[in-house]
Amino acid sequence: MNIVNNTYVYFRFLEISVRGQMQYRVSFVMLSFAHFLTTVVEFVAVLVLFDRFGSLKGWELAEVAFMYGIVNIAFSISDAATRGFDVFGTMVKSGDFDRLLTRPRSTALQLAGQELTLRRVGRFIQGLAILIWAANALEIDWTVMKVGLVIFAVFGGAALFAGLIVIQATLAFWATESLEVMNSLTYGGVFATSYPVTIYRTWFQNFFIFFVPLATISYFPTLAILGRTDALGTPLAFQYLCPLIGFTFLALTLQFWRFGVKHYRSTGS
Amino acid sequence: MRGYGALISARFRTLLQYRSAAIVGFTTQIFFGLIFVMVFEAFFESSSLPQPMSEPDVITYIWLGQAFIMMLPWNVDRDLQALVRSGGVVYELLRPMDVYTAWFSRAIALRTAPAIMRSIPLLVIATLLFDMSGPDSLAAGLAFGVTMIGAILLSCAITNFISITLMWTISGEGVSGFAPAIVMVFSGMIVPIPFFPEWAQTIIRILPFSGLVDTPYRLYLGHLPASDLGLLFGHQLLWTFAFILLGRWMLSRGLRRLTVQGG
Repeated sequence: MNIVNNTYVYFRFLEISVRGQMQYRVSFVMLSFAHFLTTVVEFVAVLVLFDRFGSLKGWELAEVAFMYGIVNIAFSISDAATRGFDVFGTMVKSGDFDRLLTRPRSTALQLAGQELTLRRVGRFIQGLAILIWAANALEIDWTVMKVGLVIFAVFGGAALFAGLIVIQATLAFWATESLEVMNSLTYGGVFATSYPVTIYRTWFQNFFIFFVPLATISYFPTLAILGRTDALGTPLAFQYLCPLIGFTFLALTLQFWRFGVKHYRSTGS
Repeated sequence: MRGYGALISARFRTLLQYRSAAIVGFTTQIFFGLIFVMVFEAFFESSSLPQPMSEPDVITYIWLGQAFIMMLPWNVDRDLQALVRSGGVVYELLRPMDVYTAWFSRAIALRTAPAIMRSIPLLVIATLLFDMSGPDSLAAGLAFGVTMIGAILLSCAITNFISITLMWTISGEGVSGFAPAIVMVFSGMIVPIPFFPEWAQTIIRILPFSGLVDTPYRLYLGHLPASDLGLLFGHQLLWTFAFILLGRWMLSRGLRRLTVQGG
């Protein structure tokens, strides 16, 4: 079971999932559009507040919009890719998870490959549109490094959000009510880290830097791209490297997942 | 009439059993409330422009919103959704009850039981720890109480409307997927309505959603005078009535062309 073969299997899974969803093309287009509108409405809140207050502790609307774009694109990718983990709780309850254990591939791979939820493209397009608008308004002088950092941050963020969903799924081995707590971390995290982390009180800043390190994929990379000095005093090199923390986070949560699978006892039904 | 009363009370008692969900929800609401409060704090510190609401008022408004979030028509009745999907909805037609009123009764339980369980501890904690304040005056408190009843009725009518649209979509992600964002933003849940630009406020105040959040909370704060109660309550009832008519019409159409799955 080498990496090449696993990747091949993973993409085969995705191909099947995509083909399945494309059987209902009209439904797909409508759901994506509805999802797009829903997420656009969320941005209204940011617009309204900047319209009233002008700026946020030295941050302009376009700068916050840039961060908002990165976080939302990252979240949309993880949201589309981790649907299998999202519904995992019901698999444990029904006993369907046992079937996955009998197959000659890792459970994480099978769950990740279960569905690529294409309609999440709605949030993706919304985030991308806002990101492009913000980048234009800010007149960023793009370098290869900066473009690379945006992509790095987006995927680091997707990995981090995926990690949160893996934790949520793993908790389902022991608890049934875990879902909403984790939802508050994912959706609350998307909302909270769309704003610069420095606007919050210290304990809350630390929460999003060290505990659920979402600031490492929104706040710090944005500083590097905008060329702002950090009120927290981090060096530029750190701001470039910190999306790595997202991937590390996912790797750690997958270890937790393996621990959960090891101690899994079927409901027997 | 007694049948519907029994239905409400049975559903109410069933929903009160979900205590652990309420505890989890309580922590979620505290978390979101704190984020909202801190974002507003930061905005208030950044600007010396005159604002349509004071910071303490915004804080109380936010906590009221978090306390009563379960009252909003943001989700559908899961059991009802399952009935439509499985075809079990056909049993609803056999009962000697009006289907719309029966579903409305379920909605009343859905919009009150979880809200009561979450709001009481949350209001206590927010008052003790997070600077939430009481109603502006006795009149404000009374006006709040009346319009909260209006808000529940309106919420039930919208909930029923969303539930009925499920008869047209199988995935349950049509209107029910789209409704929460609209409700959250235009009710004032995410940003209090007075912060919207004036032109937008004119529209939002006509729309039904302000009746769910903004109307009762601003009466509570004394930000809207209690003497406007008649007009505001009327707005809530008018929209409730409109959603009931629309829901009834859609239900009768839906039942006429109903194809039951399963066997």
